[in-house]
Amino acid sequence: MLSRELLAQGQHVMTVCNACRYCEAYCPVFQAMESRTSFAKGDMLYLANLCHNCGECLYACQYAPPHEFGINVPRVMSESRLASYEEYCWPGFMSAAFRRNGVLASLVLSVACMLVLWPFVQSTSTGGNFYRVVPHDVMVGVFGIVGAFVVLALAIGVRRALRSYGVSAFRRTDNPVEAGRYGRALRDALSLRHLHGNGADCTSDNEQRSPWRRWFHHCTFYGFLLCFASTSVAAIYHVVFGWPAPYAYSSAPVVLGTIGGVGLLVGPVGLLTMRRRRDPAMTDPSQRGLDESFVAMLSVTSVTGLLLLGMRERPIMPVLLLVHLGFVLGLFLTLPYGKFVHGLYRMAALLKFSTESQ
Amino acid sequence: MDVAVLGGGNAGLCAALTARQSGASVIVIECAPKEFRGGNSRHTRNLRSMHNRPTDLLVDAYTDDEFLTDLTRVTGGRLDEALARRVVRDSADCPSWIRSFGGRLQPPLKGTLHLDRTNVFFLGGGKALMNSYYAAAERLGVRVLYNAGVEGLELQDGLFKSVSVKIDGRLESIPARAVVLAAGGFESNLDWLRDVWGAAADNFIVRGTPYNTGKVLRLMLDHGAQPVGDPTQFHCVAIDARAPKFDGGIVTRLDCVSLGIVVNRDAKRFYDEGEDFWPKRYAIWGRLVAQQPGQIAYSVIDAKARGLFMPSVFPPIEAPSIRELATLLSLPPDALERTVTAFNRAVRPGHFDHAVLDDCYTGGLIPEKSHWARTLDTPPFWAYPLRPGVTFTYLGLRVDERARVLMMDGRPSENIVAAGEIMAGNILGQGYVAGVGMTIGTVFGRIAGVEAARHAVA
Repeated sequence: MLSRELLAQGQHVMTVCNACRYCEAYCPVFQAMESRTSFAKGDMLYLANLCHNCGECLYACQYAPPHEFGINVPRVMSESRLASYEEYCWPGFMSAAFRRNGVLASLVLSVACMLVLWPFVQSTSTGGNFYRVVPHDVMVGVFGIVGAFVVLALAIGVRRALRSYGVSAFRRTDNPVEAGRYGRALRDALSLRHLHGNGADCTSDNEQRSPWRRWFHHCTFYGFLLCFASTSVAAIYHVVFGWPAPYAYSSAPVVLGTIGGVGLLVGPVGLLTMRRRRDPAMTDPSQRGLDESFVAMLSVTSVTGLLLLGMRERPIMPVLLLVHLGFVLGLFLTLPYGKFVHGLYRMAALLKFSTESQ
Repeated sequence: MDVAVLGGGNAGLCAALTARQSGASVIVIECAPKEFRGGNSRHTRNLRSMHNRPTDLLVDAYTDDEFLTDLTRVTGGRLDEALARRVVRDSADCPSWIRSFGGRLQPPLKGTLHLDRTNVFFLGGGKALMNSYYAAAERLGVRVLYNAGVEGLELQDGLFKSVSVKIDGRLESIPARAVVLAAGGFESNLDWLRDVWGAAADNFIVRGTPYNTGKVLRLMLDHGAQPVGDPTQFHCVAIDARAPKFDGGIVTRLDCVSLGIVVNRDAKRFYDEGEDFWPKRYAIWGRLVAQQPGQIAYSVIDAKARGLFMPSVFPPIEAPSIRELATLLSLPPDALERTVTAFNRAVRPGHFDHAVLDDCYTGGLIPEKSHWARTLDTPPFWAYPLRPGVTFTYLGLRVDERARVLMMDGRPSENIVAAGEIMAGNILGQGYVAGVGMTIGTVFGRIAGVEAARHAVA
């Protein structure tokens, strides 16, 4: 939760920044700041979710520590962002998870998921047909229930975020410029537009500018989307056309899943490596587990998925399937209580930004 | 080393990069720790640049004649015209030169649109530019010493031999074939300010770096270098009295003077608050406050002025009545009430417009307020305390067109060149125009770098 001290610190930082404004052209945080003269809790959480934590403004700041004003925007935004995850979390008691979310916790949860799925294993015969190991209905049932819960939890979180920022997501309008706010927000989110402010790259892990954080994020995000698309196409094949799995290596679900899986491996590993090299000045050490557990879960899901695909004809397939499904289920369950939410709350912040900056 | 550069601000880095590119080995001696490197340049944000047609950053044209006219106007003619012309001419390619070293530029910040024809802005401000220069220096193999204060200069027959530098408490002598003096003025030397201004100097606030102690300037004057510029003058603006003693920078400025009245310690007005727009107003109020008893003044506004000026970093002192405001400010309440009442009575009806010199003025007051005069009658009332904030000093070293320091016999030293604030008095004898300090530093930094390298490598 956003403590009074952290709010006061954020307000101090924004007050100094607002009187200086040298960083105005770096990113929307400063543009949004300039249209405000005071910074209430909702404003701070909004600004925090606009921040990419790139560090440009810290290195450029004449008031950065050890200056007595001690201005460190990336750090205070990072801490406030974590507070926003807790504020918007549903159900509320789960907000504690954001500070206890580590790689170990996620692994334990995934193993527990494997144990839950264990009794449903029907057959250890192979032949590449997953549904003969875990029946289709079981998969649909388990993932349907978990999926519905996850979507509900995330939707409530987004609703809370929008309310706290003070933006209406569904206001009807005849004004074409205002109607375009969705498009602008989506474009900014999908392209990570503000991570290459002014057409050039931003700093990310240290004072040098590089495009890698953006590219690794793209790999992760689009890899995730492709994997999701793979599963969706497979479901359509199964339900609509009645084509049973397994599908050929050249089929759409396998191709999508393979490309996505590679992205989902390269991206998280890259992000993790960069995070380890990050300038400690601008990161919040208490969020290491939060960040690392999410990328770890993504890459483990990807690795086990690719292994499963490569060895689906081998006798080890049932074990791999159980392991993979356990990780996927673990990943799903941790989505509303882990770093995944940053994308949604940022998206909401971009919608607010495109609404107010038109 | 071929070239020693004393001072790691804009001028020093421009000189170091240029000398290095000209083939000289270069060492930069910076007295600040790495975190505070860059002198006053870390607080700057733009550079004035002439251009005959629109560029990707600047609109219209800003010709050499117009630039020179502006310089002549603000300095009242106290400038060396040949040097000023050189600054103006060379300012044209400063933006592309900055970019060639990785410096990033942008059009004017919001709220500074009046500079969109004349000044290019540094993306992220002057510290970001200094970071780019230091990174470029590192790539090119320029050596940089931090926490290295100059203690002495060894000269022989007007030629530089070596500089003695204190690093980690040890004194080290660094010889070089040429030296670039780029160590700024003396505005953060409180003793020196006191020598010039007496006890009043104790109430001055230094807006920039605490490292401009004038040590190199003093050493050179003692070695018989010719001075330039008025030794008693400094550029100063009115800033929030609650600013830190040093390094408060841009955020301590206050621009609500024109929206209300300004009173001194005795709760009396002392100057026309509505005389002129920002640039002129900005330039004169520091000195006006410095001339008041105790070097303190208070800008008083009412609720009507809210939101009409750049937010200040310090909160206003707020009270529901003028009397209570006076108590909070430790001003004589009766006197402040009398001043406000007299002011309110003298305000003539008009159409308030802060964007133009409007027709809201007072009649029958001493001093009058000639524009933007509105009665102070809507609570809550706000006040900001003001003190003089010293930006830079004018005293410097006289140089020739090749940046060589002139000695008392009128001859230039062959291997001592100067750049930046330490010689800005040649071009800026008084006054100031936005961004010209960085232009002088960049232009003469480059000249000094070329000259030093030429002497050292030849």
